[in-house]
Amino acid sequence: MADLSDEMQGRMARAFSRGVPHNLALGIRILAASPTEASFELPYDAKLVGNPETGTLHGGAITALLDAASGAAVFAALPSLVPIATLDLRIDYLKPAAPGKPVIAKASCYKMTRTVAFTRAMAYQDNPENVIAHSVGTFMLSTKMGSRTP
Amino acid sequence: MTLIEQMAAAKASHDYQKLIDLIPYAGFLGLTAAMQGDELITTMRYGDHLIGNPALPALHGGTLGALLESAAIFELLCRAETVVLPKTITLTIDYLRSGAPVDTYALGVVTRQGRRVTNVRMEAWQTDRRAPVATAHAVFLVMRA
Repeated sequence: MADLSDEMQGRMARAFSRGVPHNLALGIRILAASPTEASFELPYDAKLVGNPETGTLHGGAITALLDAASGAAVFAALPSLVPIATLDLRIDYLKPAAPGKPVIAKASCYKMTRTVAFTRAMAYQDNPENVIAHSVGTFMLSTKMGSRTP
Repeated sequence: MTLIEQMAAAKASHDYQKLIDLIPYAGFLGLTAAMQGDELITTMRYGDHLIGNPALPALHGGTLGALLESAAIFELLCRAETVVLPKTITLTIDYLRSGAPVDTYALGVVTRQGRRVTNVRMEAWQTDRRAPVATAHAVFLVMRA
């Protein structure tokens, strides 16, 4: 995957971790961004646990991570920064996240029309084959633009 | 006492908040739950750390998703016949309006309770219940303790 310019990487990082209070509160950080993909990391934190007996993360934290990564993938695919809004997000939870380890979300925007962007994303641990959740989403683009498939 | 036993005790005493306090992430989001009439309403108390878009400002979509999922889980924990820890299989969220920086409420309604899976639909609203900010439906794996 082609890397974005340092300037774009910096803009994305600001937009998605430092500039977004909830991402900051979760400790989400951007790992990589290209015109077709965005990777975010959610570090393990005891405050995000959903099952205190097993120490696994709550699904809500994974939802926030996938939403953030999917939105970033749309931004990365846009020729210019325009406001976007999540229309819908469907998440399949394949298995619980193993406690003590970060979760990485890799999202791509695979289709963009004038008004809607379509995304898919995976959340995994250790390696991309170890998938814990999978999502598909749609985003509304609030500014008119030409149709483009990244 | 195991988690399930603690949950059963909290449920038996109708102290639903005690049950929710057992889940660290619920505290991080600022969730509380209480019976209002015959409905179990989950509240996400507004906090600045819930913001996703500071320019509007608007709540992070992930917080609304988490609230909706939690409302469904609380409904299952508090009102289903047996205490079990439901596992989310799939969750679909429709974002209808941007979430204002105020308290948000949510309710889960069981549409079908099967032996192995339970279907729930959820709704979240702010000042006007007739104008929900997000709706969702989810399927949970409910394994008997």
